[in-house]
Amino acid sequence: MKKKNKEAAPSAKRKVSSFLSIRNLKYEYIRRDEENNVEGITTAVDDVSLDVKEGEFIAILGHNGSGKSTLAKHINAILFPEEGEVILDGMDTKDEEKLLDIRRTAGMVFQNPDNQIIGQVVDEDVAFGPENMGIPTDEIAQRVEESLKTLGMWDYRDSSPNRLSGGQKQRVSIASVIAMHPKCIILDEPTAMLDPRGRYEVIRAARALNEVEGITIILITHYMEEVIHAHRVFVMDKGRVKMEGTPREIFSRVQELKEMRLTVPQVTELAWELKKSGLRIPDGILTREELVKEILKLVSSRTGVSS
Amino acid sequence: MIRDITLGQYYQADSVVHRLDPRTKLLGTLVYLISLFVFTKAWVFVAAATFLLICIFLSKVPFSYMLKGLKPILFILLFTLVLNMLFTKGTVLVSWWKFSITEEGLKQAGYMGTRLILLILGSNLMTLTTTPTRLTNAMEHVMKPLKVIHVPVHEIAMMMSIALRFIPILLEETDRIMKAQLARGADFESGNIIKKAKSFIPVLVPLFISAFRRANDLAMAMEARCYHGGNGRTQYRPLKYKGRDFAAYILLLIYLAAVIVIGKFLNL
Repeated sequence: MKKKNKEAAPSAKRKVSSFLSIRNLKYEYIRRDEENNVEGITTAVDDVSLDVKEGEFIAILGHNGSGKSTLAKHINAILFPEEGEVILDGMDTKDEEKLLDIRRTAGMVFQNPDNQIIGQVVDEDVAFGPENMGIPTDEIAQRVEESLKTLGMWDYRDSSPNRLSGGQKQRVSIASVIAMHPKCIILDEPTAMLDPRGRYEVIRAARALNEVEGITIILITHYMEEVIHAHRVFVMDKGRVKMEGTPREIFSRVQELKEMRLTVPQVTELAWELKKSGLRIPDGILTREELVKEILKLVSSRTGVSS
Repeated sequence: MIRDITLGQYYQADSVVHRLDPRTKLLGTLVYLISLFVFTKAWVFVAAATFLLICIFLSKVPFSYMLKGLKPILFILLFTLVLNMLFTKGTVLVSWWKFSITEEGLKQAGYMGTRLILLILGSNLMTLTTTPTRLTNAMEHVMKPLKVIHVPVHEIAMMMSIALRFIPILLEETDRIMKAQLARGADFESGNIIKKAKSFIPVLVPLFISAFRRANDLAMAMEARCYHGGNGRTQYRPLKYKGRDFAAYILLLIYLAAVIVIGKFLNL
């Protein structure tokens, strides 16, 4: 996919060190009864600050109600901060004139595939974003082809979205975002409603976009297996960022994760249990291969001692 | 599967009529329907029927298939025929008790019947050969002049096309909710009409809640993809008139001329 950065920000703005910077963000949901009296306030996001560099693969983990989706919706100006600020590629999300620029810079894929496909045919849906942006007809066709091919959905261009599987629908949704040539894609629990196969398809597509196209990926999820390939992971609980680090760093803190009602990947958990029961296995095992290697090392060292 | 339902009654075939620009078909149908009501002369109906038969032949839609479309209006058709036959005053042919069939009545009934049949067949031909998507698209274009009087043309078309997209999804949802309620012992079958209607409340409430949630999600997804109304919007597949559309318009003009000549100047 050729990236035409006609819309790219002038180089002066490049001085901003990070691509996305969130400063002391706070957002509250206010519940009201029928007489408009405040019934209760839920602080969804509470004093969150984080920075993302261009081209990074970021994962935001959290249990239901941890505020991760609310945080995500601030990045492309669907929600606006009550306190603090969100700066995306040099643009303040509160700046109404930049609204469309912000949304074309950061595309968003939502949880329910049925509720975000607008077109009645796959290629019409992919064209929806570029149409809204006022891209000339010829270029729309080109973008539709590019993005459907990138996601491996070109063969389905004439199908009705209703006939696709969940994973395929989410890939169409991602293609629809890609057609807008964003610098960043926010995936808000894209796999929550999919079967394991669909989840694999979607995560693989997201990784490919990050590695091949250099698109910044912000993946919101509560599946731990999906974050092991991220460059950095943020763990949220009760509206706050509780942990930050590489997947290995995060997963070596199994006890803390469990306290936040998050389950670590099976392999990591097994390694952790083995370590607890006295085996010398390092923290933060992420893949089956790593665990096998460590166990083999252990076995050979023991047999080495005994022989 | 319920998701496979086809909306409208599109008949898949590869014909000239199918390939015509939807605007041509929409305007053509409109002109045709009006032409049926301007003159009440036997020969006008002959011309209209001939024109329609040519179109049906070109569309490759089987004639038996077209006739099926008349089934729903059979009752209305009979009703009109009987009413017209019995209540038109004129030369009495047969008389029985308070009713009498007149010559004028028979004629009138014949005209009304033919008119109704041609009307339904004509509009069915359009929906049989045009997908709902293309039809919505055409309506947006044809209604564009109404923008001057502040009719939200783009919004109406957008709503129609979203409705078309969500009908199968909501149908599936209805099916799922019904099954869920059946599993909890709901009874949709027994009782009189009122009881049956009442038993659908536990289906409708969750359905509406879910529809609102979907609407909310969809609005957010549309906003996230830079949707901001019809202003400054370009089109992926703009409608373009081709040679065959001009041919169709010429054919339509010839038909119109023929109808006017027959209806106005010939005394057959």
